[in-house]
Amino acid sequence: MELLYASCVGVLVSCGVFLILRSRTFPVVLGLTMFSYAVNLFLFSAGRLSLNKAAVLGYSSEYADPLPQALVLTAIVIGFAMTAFVVILAIRGQADLGNDHVDGQVPDINSDEINDNDKKGNV
Amino acid sequence: MTLLWIPLISLLGSIISSMTGKLTRNQSTGLTLLMPVIALLMTINLAPAVFAGDVIRETFTWIPLLGIDIAFRLDGLALLFVFMILVIGILVIFYARYYLSSNDSMPKLYAYLMLFMTAMLGIVISNNVIQLWFFWELTSISSFLLISYWWHKSEAREGAIMALTVTGAGGLALLAGLLLLGDIVGSYNLDVILASRDIIHAHAWYEVTLILILLGAFTKSAQFPFHFWLPHAMAAPTPVSAYLHSATMVKAGVFLLARFYPALAGTDIWFIIVSFTGLATLLFGAYVALFKHDLKGLLAYSTISHLGLITLLFGLDTKLAAVAAIFHIINHATFKASLFMATGIIDHETGTRDMRKLNGLWRFMPYTATLAMVAAASMAGVPLLNGFLSKEMFFAETLHQQLLGSMSWLIPILATIAGAFAVAYSARFIHDVFFNGDPIDLPKQPSEPPRYMRVPIEVLVALCLVVGVVPNFIVDDILTAASVAVLGGVVPEFKVALWHGFNLPLMMSAIAVSGGLLLYTQRRHLFKFHDSLPSLNAKKAFDKILFAVMKWSEGKINAIENGSLQRYITLMLLVVLLFASWPLFEMSHLGGEKQLTPIDVHNAMGAALLMIGAFSTVIWYHSRVISLLMLSVVGLMVSIAFTRFSAPDLALTQLTVEVVTVILLMLALFFLPQHSPRESSSMRVLRDIGISTGLGIVIASICYALVTRPLDSISEFFLANAKTGGGGTNVVNVILVDFRGFDTLGEICVLGIAALGIYKLLANLPLLIPDRDSEGRPWAKERYPMLLASISQSLLPLALLVSFYIFLRGHNLPGGGFIAGLVTAVAFILQYIAHGSNWIAERLTINYRKIIAAGIAIALFTGVGSWFFGRPFMTTWFEYFDIPLIGEIELASALIFDIGVYITVVGSTLMILASLGQLTADEPKGEVKI
Repeated sequence: MELLYASCVGVLVSCGVFLILRSRTFPVVLGLTMFSYAVNLFLFSAGRLSLNKAAVLGYSSEYADPLPQALVLTAIVIGFAMTAFVVILAIRGQADLGNDHVDGQVPDINSDEINDNDKKGNV
Repeated sequence: MTLLWIPLISLLGSIISSMTGKLTRNQSTGLTLLMPVIALLMTINLAPAVFAGDVIRETFTWIPLLGIDIAFRLDGLALLFVFMILVIGILVIFYARYYLSSNDSMPKLYAYLMLFMTAMLGIVISNNVIQLWFFWELTSISSFLLISYWWHKSEAREGAIMALTVTGAGGLALLAGLLLLGDIVGSYNLDVILASRDIIHAHAWYEVTLILILLGAFTKSAQFPFHFWLPHAMAAPTPVSAYLHSATMVKAGVFLLARFYPALAGTDIWFIIVSFTGLATLLFGAYVALFKHDLKGLLAYSTISHLGLITLLFGLDTKLAAVAAIFHIINHATFKASLFMATGIIDHETGTRDMRKLNGLWRFMPYTATLAMVAAASMAGVPLLNGFLSKEMFFAETLHQQLLGSMSWLIPILATIAGAFAVAYSARFIHDVFFNGDPIDLPKQPSEPPRYMRVPIEVLVALCLVVGVVPNFIVDDILTAASVAVLGGVVPEFKVALWHGFNLPLMMSAIAVSGGLLLYTQRRHLFKFHDSLPSLNAKKAFDKILFAVMKWSEGKINAIENGSLQRYITLMLLVVLLFASWPLFEMSHLGGEKQLTPIDVHNAMGAALLMIGAFSTVIWYHSRVISLLMLSVVGLMVSIAFTRFSAPDLALTQLTVEVVTVILLMLALFFLPQHSPRESSSMRVLRDIGISTGLGIVIASICYALVTRPLDSISEFFLANAKTGGGGTNVVNVILVDFRGFDTLGEICVLGIAALGIYKLLANLPLLIPDRDSEGRPWAKERYPMLLASISQSLLPLALLVSFYIFLRGHNLPGGGFIAGLVTAVAFILQYIAHGSNWIAERLTINYRKIIAAGIAIALFTGVGSWFFGRPFMTTWFEYFDIPLIGEIELASALIFDIGVYITVVGSTLMILASLGQLTADEPKGEVKI
């Protein structure tokens, strides 16, 4: 199961990073959100994986590690605040600049190349 | 406490004088003069102790771990400089009162002058070399401001920039040198450094340290080849030139030589570098000064030459030379400052400083002319004036050195030649300006200046005369005290006297005077010769170098920073990939020794769903709504994973955050395009897949390596103390509100700041509300579905009850402020969705900013509250109470803290979503403002 867990983290990192590298703001926000899932799961796993252990005192003799849980809990909330900030920034950018490219302007250097790719149906 | 007050009072003076804009000029001057006069009285009060051989020290501990203290130290050398800075400063301020025209801002000049005075005082009385360096830089900055005082003139701006560049670069070298020095000695304390001469000399870094410190000194004191900034700095008002560029700032460099003389001098490399730099500067300055037609240009090069003389004296291998250097510092300051002031008067009264136009002024201003002539004679080294005494000492010392081995006889000859040039340019200053025919079309009709404008010159010229005639009467005490400080206690027998008998130095003086007069009378040939030399324009060369450097770094920056965010992220991720994978390749086994747990069906299914969700998000990322839905699948699976792995608090948090996030992103999609265009080239996509796969593999491997190794955690402490120390059984919550309460306080602050940032970002947003989506389909007219509206209304009290319950039980069971806050927020957001912002606004007027502030304040004051019980910040208190019917309950101060967390979370979340939602509330196709 450790292997499965690590693979899940890896998949989330890969998908998140790929989206972060996109050129429009919305996929980047999605990528950041996904990447923060991966980070939270990773940090959480620092307390090792414990099935069916107690989280509250007095319910069992074996406890899950509470420290990573506490850290991840605040990380989730702050992650939300940051996602919100970035997405509002994206909206502000769209409103002020008229496009949602991460650089604030759509580059036109490779426009020929893009058109070619579009015709070929590439991503 | 007195020493600290000396620079502090001066700084205070800077602030006071900057505020005298509404007062008359006399009031402004009077107020400005008050502070340096007080400082001077305080210094006079301290002087007897210093003359008696004491060193007054004052230390305030600041950053002891870095060896940085606020430390002051007043010895003879410092005292001499403090006197010079204050006395000449007072005279210059007085003089500037009459110099400035009514268009010039007096408070501005005074404020800068006093700031500069503060910096100079700081340099000379610092007992910590880092602090010394700080004041050193402050002189560079304040001199920049002073030189560019007439900022509308381009030569003032350029001169200021040049001075700042050269002295600033020297300041950096000095910092490096001082850091090395501190490293060698093991302390930044000046006392320790001055006492560690042997350690410093024996150290391998001695040469580097010495050269770096000398670079600082030479740039500041305008030594050849760094002299070129000083003539350009003459674009400053003349009082500034008199103060900075003759008496004080340029003396900071030679002060540094004197200050570190006990620690750094005494080696061959010191003598070679210092003496040759000084000699070159002395000769070069004296030669060029003669050919300057601008009065201030002549004085500037003469200053360079005299600074070279002082430097040369410090570089001569005799103790008496150092005494002579100190003596000349005093003398040069008096005669040069008065000459600058006289130049200012001439400029003020005639409107020009060009010696080709200025002739025969004696008839128009005989009194000023007399004063200027006395000072100029002192500059030339005429007997009965102070300049003569130190020049005699200088000539005498040049006879006692062995710099060039068997060719050492060259030095006195070169010194005599420089002396001759000094006489020649002094003669030119006197003869060309005050005699030599009639003035040639002056802009103004010259006359004597206002009576009081001459007072500062009279004081200084009187000093020149008194020191020149009865030297022992005035300077003996201070000169001895300063020499003790420079030479480290052993001062050779010296006698400053007018008459030493017929000896070699006197003969050299005689040769210099007659040679100088001869040079002056034959100046026409010399000028012709000088004009035939190729002209070397330092400013052009400086500009060229500066331009080349800027161009080079601009090219480098553009090569790295091309403005593409994707490129920066790619580069950063590649670095991460490199550094994160490196240790993995050095590990022998990826898996640890822990027994692997078997995979059960539920987990496998969950993992599969999570991966499918993640891949689908990427695959359909062009269709943003689908992509977002897929992402929410991932979020849901993550919260289920938290439940599965015994973390109910996390599961609850993740679940509620997930809801809020999806609502937020849906709202955002209303304003953003619904689709991402296909614009990445195949190569780009391939590259990105490579990077992301690589990172995924590396992180997965690290995660696997982590979870398969046994746990060695500090959590045992929290588990053992949660109940007894924090009074709760939900350890996660106790950590949040008690053990690590301070962290949580910081985190809710971040939350609040993010929410406020969003509020500001959305303020005055010019946004066109679309009435149809990107495919051209109009949005539904029915904005608030009836079904949702009625259900949500009845759900609200229930949801609030649930959140209240989750909040209350948080200390002992999964729940707490964060989760309860999110649940409350979701309940309210449902109302917003169902009814729209306007409907809510009619019924509920809440200022979310105040709510956030209240939450943070409650959390903060709970922490502060423990101070009232004599406990450290954030100590919690709890007690059990037995209440009839309800039973035993526990009350803890942590609960109040958690209320703060709750309120902040509710306020921030609602502010974020409601602010954005408000934008959609108005009718479509209009500009919205919130």
